Amino acid sequence: MKSEKAVLVLKDGTRFEGRAIGKRGISVGEVVFNTSMTGYQEILTDPSYAGQIITFTYPLIGNYDTNYEDLESRGVFCRGAIVKELEDEGNSWRGKHNLEDFLMRNNVIGIAGIDTRKLTRHIRNFGVLNGAIVSGQELTDIVVADVKARIDAFTDREMIREVSCKAVYHYDAPTEPWVTFEHWTRDKARRDAGGDGELKGFFMPKARGKGDDPAVIAKESATAASLQHEMRAERGSTIATSSHRNGIPCNDSVDKAQNHRKIFHLVAMDFGIKTNILRMLYNEGFDITVVPQDTSFETIVALQPDGIFLSNGPGDPKSIPDAIKVIGELIHYFPTMGICLGHQLLALATGGDTYKLKFGHRGGNHPVKDLKTGRVYITSQNHGYAVNQDSLVGTGLRVTLVNLNDQTVEGMDHENLPVFSVQYHPEASPGPQDNHYLFGKFRKLIEKPRMG
Amino acid sequence: MPKREEIKKVLVIGSGPIVIGQAAEFDYAGAQACLSLREEGVETVLINSNPATIMTDSDIADRIYIEPMTVEVIDQILEREKPQGVLPTLGGQTGLNLGMKLAKEGILAKHGCELLGTPMDTIYKAEDRQAFKNLMQEIGEPIPASVIATNLDEANVLKMEIGLPLIIRPAYTLGGTGGGIATSDAEFAEIVHRGLESSPIHQILVEQYIGGMKEIEFEVMRDSGDNCITICSMENFDPVGIHTGDSVVVAPCQTLTDREYQMMRSASINIIRALGVEGGCNVQFALDTLSFQYYVIEVNPRVSRSSALASKATGYPIARIAAKIAIGMQLDEIPNAITKKTVAAFEPAIDYCVLKIPRFPFDKFPEGDRSLGSQMKATGEVMSIDRTFEGAVKKALRSMDTKPNLDEWLKHDKYWAKATDVRLSLIIAALRRGITVETINADTQIDLWFLRKLRNLVTMEEQLAKLAALKDEEKNLQLEALLKRAKQFGFADHEIVALTDVTDTQLKQLLGTMHCAPTFKMVDTCAGEFEAVTPYFYSTWEDENEAVPSGKQDKAIVIGSGPIRIGQGIEFDYCSVHASLALREMGIESIMINNNPETVSTDFDVSDRLYFEPLELEDVVNVYNNESVGLDDGKKPKFIVQFGGQTSLTVASQLAKAGVIPHAGQVDSIELASNRGRFEKLLMALNIPFPRGHAAKTAAEALIVAEEIGFPVLVRPSFVLGGRAMEIVYSLDHMRELIDYVFSVVPDAPVLVDKYIDGKEAEVDLLFDGSDVLIPGIMEHIERAGIHSGDSMAVYPTQGLTLEQIDKMVDYSMRLAKAVGNIGLTNIQFVLQGGDVFVIEANPRGSRTVPFLSKVTGIPMVKLATQLLYGAKLKDLGYFPGLYPSSGVVAVKAPVFSFAKLTNVRTKLGPEMKSTGEVMGIDRTYPNALRKAFIASGIQIPLEGKVFVTVANRDKEEALSIVRGFAELGYAIVATEGTAHFLSEHEIKAAVVGKISDDPKNSILKQIKNKHIQLVINTPEASKDAESDGPQIRTAAIQYGVPCLTSLDTARALLFSLRARRQGKDLKVRTMAEYLES
Repeated sequence: MKSEKAVLVLKDGTRFEGRAIGKRGISVGEVVFNTSMTGYQEILTDPSYAGQIITFTYPLIGNYDTNYEDLESRGVFCRGAIVKELEDEGNSWRGKHNLEDFLMRNNVIGIAGIDTRKLTRHIRNFGVLNGAIVSGQELTDIVVADVKARIDAFTDREMIREVSCKAVYHYDAPTEPWVTFEHWTRDKARRDAGGDGELKGFFMPKARGKGDDPAVIAKESATAASLQHEMRAERGSTIATSSHRNGIPCNDSVDKAQNHRKIFHLVAMDFGIKTNILRMLYNEGFDITVVPQDTSFETIVALQPDGIFLSNGPGDPKSIPDAIKVIGELIHYFPTMGICLGHQLLALATGGDTYKLKFGHRGGNHPVKDLKTGRVYITSQNHGYAVNQDSLVGTGLRVTLVNLNDQTVEGMDHENLPVFSVQYHPEASPGPQDNHYLFGKFRKLIEKPRMG
Repeated sequence: MPKREEIKKVLVIGSGPIVIGQAAEFDYAGAQACLSLREEGVETVLINSNPATIMTDSDIADRIYIEPMTVEVIDQILEREKPQGVLPTLGGQTGLNLGMKLAKEGILAKHGCELLGTPMDTIYKAEDRQAFKNLMQEIGEPIPASVIATNLDEANVLKMEIGLPLIIRPAYTLGGTGGGIATSDAEFAEIVHRGLESSPIHQILVEQYIGGMKEIEFEVMRDSGDNCITICSMENFDPVGIHTGDSVVVAPCQTLTDREYQMMRSASINIIRALGVEGGCNVQFALDTLSFQYYVIEVNPRVSRSSALASKATGYPIARIAAKIAIGMQLDEIPNAITKKTVAAFEPAIDYCVLKIPRFPFDKFPEGDRSLGSQMKATGEVMSIDRTFEGAVKKALRSMDTKPNLDEWLKHDKYWAKATDVRLSLIIAALRRGITVETINADTQIDLWFLRKLRNLVTMEEQLAKLAALKDEEKNLQLEALLKRAKQFGFADHEIVALTDVTDTQLKQLLGTMHCAPTFKMVDTCAGEFEAVTPYFYSTWEDENEAVPSGKQDKAIVIGSGPIRIGQGIEFDYCSVHASLALREMGIESIMINNNPETVSTDFDVSDRLYFEPLELEDVVNVYNNESVGLDDGKKPKFIVQFGGQTSLTVASQLAKAGVIPHAGQVDSIELASNRGRFEKLLMALNIPFPRGHAAKTAAEALIVAEEIGFPVLVRPSFVLGGRAMEIVYSLDHMRELIDYVFSVVPDAPVLVDKYIDGKEAEVDLLFDGSDVLIPGIMEHIERAGIHSGDSMAVYPTQGLTLEQIDKMVDYSMRLAKAVGNIGLTNIQFVLQGGDVFVIEANPRGSRTVPFLSKVTGIPMVKLATQLLYGAKLKDLGYFPGLYPSSGVVAVKAPVFSFAKLTNVRTKLGPEMKSTGEVMGIDRTYPNALRKAFIASGIQIPLEGKVFVTVANRDKEEALSIVRGFAELGYAIVATEGTAHFLSEHEIKAAVVGKISDDPKNSILKQIKNKHIQLVINTPEASKDAESDGPQIRTAAIQYGVPCLTSLDTARALLFSLRARRQGKDLKVRTMAEYLES
């Protein structure tokens, strides 16, 4: 066990001394906690955590190592990881690197061995607060002063710009854009050699049940790609789609990309979109074009979408006023669905308001009630801001779902427009899969003939 | 949907006596359910034949029936009570089966009564193999492929389809005898052949083999609005193949990625929806270790042992919520009992690791087959909570209250491989000897993650042990570096002392200078996200202590009784619960320490503060120290130690030794009663007779002592519980045969040799307030001395004792109580021979009979005892000294055994306790009470049929009148040659059966199997050699469910009750309140 020290310093001066994990250095961010008991890899790769230092309340983290499949984005955007017990040697048939290695490779600074429950209670009582992990160096007066200055200066207003894609791309499911054949073969070579070569970033998911022959994979990728082309070419007509997803079990256990379904074109505004959202939408029969957060109304209209998707993302929704303006226009022309930050942006775009929660909702056990049906859904959540219910008066938006723990707004729809949103994460990953139906609901919304 | 207002009255079906597979968890569930229903204004009627339960207490349900749990009885209750609904899902399999029968036989319809919780159709779908298979296929949930075959061709069909390995299970054989796992074609043909042969109906189930996969469980809940939540996931340390009740279980799952976890969570919800369960449901899965392939292996559409564990592990009260759901409420309408601010519609998030280890009865049955499989064998379990897995393992092992002797096991090749009750300890032993985790994983399929965690413990041991050789200063320095981690890994001080060879004082000093102290964290269902109000704590070695004392000055710590085992059962939990409730009533803060997840005492509603901890000295002192903070000078928490059985007495002695509590008073009484020399001296001084006896240090000495006293003698090791290894010895030869074994049970301890007095036994539970003694009642044992009191039938009030005997017992009890000086409860056991009354033992604590006596006398014995401990006087409480007048009812206690669950165990009754539970038969007359007790304990004899008699030579004379009685009632008598010959000499006709070996085709075993025999009366010969067919006959009787009596006294009592039945009176049922009013 490495015993190099690390310290977590909070803005209010509270300190927790522990053991350094991952990269050494100083990392500043907003210290939050997540109560999920599984899914640390998905959480670490969720772009919505950009700018945050994540405390895992479950004390044993790293039990099943990390793999090449349970990734929610192209990288790790959080500012640090805090765990009680870091498992050096996990065990899982899909495991590839232990968590320490994963953190190291992704330049994540972390701290282990602290009383995470004490920290969680501290955050619960005093609200989320900024802090820093300092590892691999002594806390000299100079360092302390430097850290304090950086903590004070920290803001979450740049995060969306940081995580959003920089150019328009087509979601070629199931091959995520950052996974290339080259990566895969390198990894394959490394595995064949039985060594642990110098590799950075993520690798193509291993094909299951297809053998490990790169030629087969390449051929399949090609087939998938050509199918995508066909789909786009024949958009609007009913065609057969491929139901294979490279053999990777999607979080949706039933493959919904069934044959003979009409393919709709969706423009997804990327504020930090999670991969499983794309997968779920793809499985609903959407052809998806992902656009950066600063894409103009005209550019989006030119893509001729059938619907608009507003993604999740980090930080303060008010930090991207231009996007809010664009959304305000889009919803008058296209059926729209928003998730998490997308839901908050929708509220802002119609004249509503958002506010920062004391310590946010982060976990996989939040009960949400559908006000129309009375049904309760267990949801996966990750947000620090929420929509102010009173501010919705006159916006045309109606509250459809509320959180049973604190009565905050969890879902909205519009009186006149085919628009709805949820504050939670129906794509789960990690978390309960009870809300996958919402993607189907979105599809139905688009299928429905509309006036005008 | 809100509560269904039309449901005003509900009958809750309990689970009956404690047997292996159905233990205290259902008392916990049932009690919670009753309280939960009453909270909603629903009048609650309860039936349970088990008097040792909290749920049958007058303040739990409105109307309580302690009656046999049969369809006929419930029919009568429904007739009397006219409830709108029956709730069968909280009474285990017993409750569920009864619910099914009531529905099937039209009894519910007859009374216009509805089955609540889980529809009939659902129970059927979950319980019927084929219906379940069909349903799973319908909803696309995979189950292992299987086929029922009556020949090799039929069996081959599945082999062709899915290939090997396959598992073959013969139909209707006990413990799967004759079956096996086939991995090759040749093996397959052989096992199929063997399996067909061993099945009485020549039928086998051939099933896809999924042994070795991960075993995962989910606890799911659903309400009438179709809202579904999962409460807890659990992962079995032992892979598929071992009953989950016998497995070491961890919560939450440790080795699953979110994809795997959510895949099975979604499947469990899919299943509970398809089944339409309204309430709780347990789903068990097998998960492949190398793919996403899973199989549903079992569904229990009811509250189960796992749900009790899940409730304690998460703080989410499943049974309580399930009861509310059953009357129509939805999850979002029910408040969360822990936070009081949120609602029950959420999934607990936990921030600690929970471990359950089963407790097995093999200390009582050393001869039993200790291998584990699909038949559950454990009687109880312990649970531990910690923030590290290692800490949870250590704490759970320390909670077991027993240390297995591994010496014999370790001699075997690959001793870690076979699944037995001691495998966890053997694996740790193997790791100590350098066996690699990979090897163990290959041999056991136990996940490497678990094995590595165990290895961490061994590594820590090794690191600590290395310090032993160091000089003081260096040792201190190095120990300081390791100590906090060792404590986080759950190492007790005494273990560290032993490993490092520091003194206890040095260690304590070092911990002090390091500011290293235990902290207590709260179980709050939400991982700290919300403020919780429930003071339910566990210890761990971190920074923040959440168990801040309440500020109350008057507080008492109740020491619980730990895991349920034969000899220390649910009765002691009953006492602990009442002690806690009494304290609260007196305005004293009650603090419970216990480690048993099944019981009511570890329900956080029972005490003001609950600490889930091992019951070792260190853990108890840690709680004590924590609770002492902020008390005024001179104030200390008081220890309540007389209700947790032997466990709490042991803790008391240790506390006194450590100087935490004074040695005088309670602790001195304990010593006085258990120190043979002191106790005998006291009895002599009081002129109270007792059987002569001596302690012998060697086998030779024991033989001399026995001869001197004269046979028969009672031989037993000292310092054991529940009559462990106690034997009645009739001759010197018999003594020679046995004595080495008795000495081996507790190495280096003397063996006690006492005169065996062949007489009646009786016992008294008394209350002493420092000057006066109250005897609530005397229980007369139906079987004579020599059968453990826990295994005897007993009756209140006494039926066959003379006034002189009673007077003597009362006199001795009062004088002895005063002399022993134990305030509160004391149990005294007597043996009566003619006019002589001998005291055989006195226990200065609540006993097994306290719940029974409390119920039939109406005296709240534990509550009184607790008040007395705080200085109350019996007279002021309204009780006169002496024997309390009989309440006018007759109540018979009958033991219940779990022999059918264990193989190769000796079933004959003796001084060593073997029963796991008890029932009560209560009525206004003795014959009726006796009849009810027999029925409730499962001994129901048809009006006619055959009685098979084979008795030991010394019993033949005595057996005559009993056998004649059965013959007179019209039963045909069948007997072995010797017995038959003797009977015919005395003009009792008996058909003769030969020795089993003489006539295997038509042996008595076949007759038992074919249900041609309705009752077996078999009194075994004293020595094992003289017994030829006895064990086989008793085993066959148990296997095929034929009542088998091994004591003539029981047979005589049965005869008595059957005679009363002949007189043709129907049994009437009444509530406990009605009985006590009369």
